[in-house]
Amino acid sequence: MTHNWVWPALFLLGCYHGINPGMGWLFAVALALQERSVRAIWLALGPITLGHLMSVMAIVGIAVILKAAVPGLVFRAGAAAVLLGMGLYRGIRARHFRWAGLRVGFWGLTLWAFLMATGHGAGLMMLPFVNVLDASPATPGMAGMAMPADARNASWLAAVGVHTAGYLGAMTAVAFIVYRYFGVRILRTAWINFDLMWAVALAVTGVILLLT
Amino acid sequence: MQLRPDPTFYPSAKLAMEAPREQLAYVALLAVDGHAHDALAVVDCDPQSAGYGRAITEIEMPSEGDELHHFGWNACSSALCPYAPHPHVERRYLILTGLRSSRIYILDTKPDPTLPRIVKTVQAEEVVRRSGYTRLHTTHCGPEGVYISALGDAEGKGPGGVLLLDHDDFKIVGRWESDRGPQYLAYDFFWHLGHDVMVSSEWGTPEMIENGVVPELLLGGRYGHQLHFWDLRRHKHLTSVDLGAEHQMALELRPSHDPTKTYGFVNSVVSLKDLSSAIWVWQWDGKKADVTKVIEIPAEPAAAEQLPPLLQGFKAVPPLVTDIDLSLDDRFLYVSCWGTGELRQYDVSDPWKPTLTGSVHLGGIVRRTEHPARPGEPRNGGPQMVEISRDGRRVYVTNSLYRSWDAQFYPDGIDGWMVKLDTGANGGITLDKNFYVTFGSRRPHQVRLQGGDASSDSYCYPP
Repeated sequence: MTHNWVWPALFLLGCYHGINPGMGWLFAVALALQERSVRAIWLALGPITLGHLMSVMAIVGIAVILKAAVPGLVFRAGAAAVLLGMGLYRGIRARHFRWAGLRVGFWGLTLWAFLMATGHGAGLMMLPFVNVLDASPATPGMAGMAMPADARNASWLAAVGVHTAGYLGAMTAVAFIVYRYFGVRILRTAWINFDLMWAVALAVTGVILLLT
Repeated sequence: MQLRPDPTFYPSAKLAMEAPREQLAYVALLAVDGHAHDALAVVDCDPQSAGYGRAITEIEMPSEGDELHHFGWNACSSALCPYAPHPHVERRYLILTGLRSSRIYILDTKPDPTLPRIVKTVQAEEVVRRSGYTRLHTTHCGPEGVYISALGDAEGKGPGGVLLLDHDDFKIVGRWESDRGPQYLAYDFFWHLGHDVMVSSEWGTPEMIENGVVPELLLGGRYGHQLHFWDLRRHKHLTSVDLGAEHQMALELRPSHDPTKTYGFVNSVVSLKDLSSAIWVWQWDGKKADVTKVIEIPAEPAAAEQLPPLLQGFKAVPPLVTDIDLSLDDRFLYVSCWGTGELRQYDVSDPWKPTLTGSVHLGGIVRRTEHPARPGEPRNGGPQMVEISRDGRRVYVTNSLYRSWDAQFYPDGIDGWMVKLDTGANGGITLDKNFYVTFGSRRPHQVRLQGGDASSDSYCYPP
C-alpha cells in the first residue's frame, strides 16, 4: 500500500484556500477592475501568496519546534485541541476580518494576506501533516496508520511548498477565469460559505487527530 | 449563518439595478409632540396588493422624544468587498437612531418583514460612554461594520463625528476618528470605496440646531459649509474644502456609485446673498479636493403675509434644498426643494453640466400645491427626504425635515405625507395618484426600501 496521499492532500488543501474568495483572488480581481488592467492581477498574486506563505510558515515553524520539544502524544493532543478550539470559535463567533483599504501597495497586500490567513487559521490545518511527517511508524497511538515512506523523509518545508503551490495555482486560475469570463456577478451565487466549511473542517480534523 | 451570500447584496450598482421591485418601504416617523413616541412605519409598495400605498403597521418606539430621522441596515452590498468580506451576514436588522435622544434601536425584519421587532436598544449613556458622541444622524453599513455620524457631545457642543457599531453584537466599538484634524461640525458622511476615502459634511452642533435655526448664527455664516476628506483605512483627516461661508449648511453627500470614480454631489441649503440653494460637485484627486457649484436654484419672490415670521423680512421663499439623491446608474440626481415645494430631476450624466429633466410641485411654504389623490386640498410641507428604487424607476418622497425647523418654516404645522413618483426611462417624473400615504399625527422622514435603495448600499466593484 502506498501512502502518497499526503502530497495530494497538501496540494488540495492549498487549492481550497486558493478558491476561497476571501483569501486573495477576489482582492486581485477587484484591483484589476479598479485599474481596468489585467496586469493588476499579476502584480497582486505575489504579495498575496507571500503573506499567505508567511502565515503558514509561522504556524508550521512553531509546530515543528514544539514537536521536537514535547512527547508525541502531547503534541498530538495539543494540535487536536487547537484545531477543535479554532473550528468552534470560527463556527460560533464568526467575526469578519476588519480592514478598509483597497489601495494597499505590495507590503500592504502582503500584510493583508498574512493577517487574513492567520485569522482564518489557514496554517493550522498543517498540524496533522506536521504530526505525520518524520513520525516513526512505531509511534504510540499511530498504530492504525502506517507511515508513508516518502512522507517520513520529507521535510516540512516541502509540505509548505506543495501547499503554497496548490494555493497559488487555484488562486491564479480562479482570478483569471472570473475576470475574463464570468465577471463579479458570479459572487452572488458561487460564494458559498467557505468560512463555515473551514470551521467545520478544522473541528472535525481536531477530533480525528485526537481519536486516531 | 447563511450558506450563500444574502441575495440583496450586489457586487456593483449596475447589477443592483436588476434587483426585483421593492414590496415594502420602511419610514421613520416623528411624533409631533416631543413627549410622544416616534415610530417606524411599514408601507405597502406592491401595486398588486390591496393595501398598496398604505401604512401596514407602525411600530412604536418604547421611549419618548427620540426624533427618529435617518436609519440604515446592519449589512449591505459592501459586504462583498474583497478586503473585509462578510457576504454571509444577512441584511436583516434596521439600525434606527434618535437624532435628539441619541438612542440606537436595532429592529429585526425577520421573520415578518411587515412587523419588525425591537431586539436591542443602546441607551444614550452607553453611546456617550463608549464614543463621547450624541445626536446620531446618518447610518451606513461599510467595511468595518456599521458607521453612524453624530452631531456633537454630551454637552451639546462639538466636535461631532462618526462612531462604529459592531454589526454582529451591536455593541459600540467606539469613536471612528483617530485624527480629526480641524474638523468640528458634522452631519452626513459617505465614501469612495475604490479609493479608501471617506467624505463628511457639516450642519451644526446640537446647541446650534435643537431650538430651531438661530438667525444670528445663520446670518453670521456659522453653520457648516465645508467638506472633509478622510483616510477610510487609517481613520485620519486628510483635507477640507470650503464652499464659502455664504453657502450655509452643506448636507447630503451622494458620491458616484462607481468605485473607480471620485466625484459626488452635495447640497448647500441657503445662500446668505440671495437665499438660493445650490448643488455642488466635489472631485477628489488623491491628495486634495475641488468643489464646483453646478446647480443654483433661486428663491422665489413672495408677499410677506404669505411667509412665516422668519422669512417675512426677505419677501422671498427660499427653495431650501434639504435632500438630494443619485440613481444607481449615476445618471439622475433628484433634488428636494422643501421651501418652494418642488422635486426636481436632473440628468447628471456629465456631473459638471446637469440638465433639468423633470419637475413636480407639491406643497410648499407659499404654493401649497395639492396631490392628485387629494384634489382641492392644499398640502403643506414640501418634498424633503427622497429615496430612489434600485432600478431607478420609482422615487419616494416625504415632507418633514426636523421638528423645531418644521415649526419655523411651516408654523401652521405639517400634515405628514409620503408620495411616490414614476420616472421615465430617459427622464421625466410623474406623481402616482394611487400612492399617497398619511401617518396620523406623526410626520415621515427617511425612507428605506426593502432589500436596499439608491442611498443604502455602496459597492466595491465598478459597473
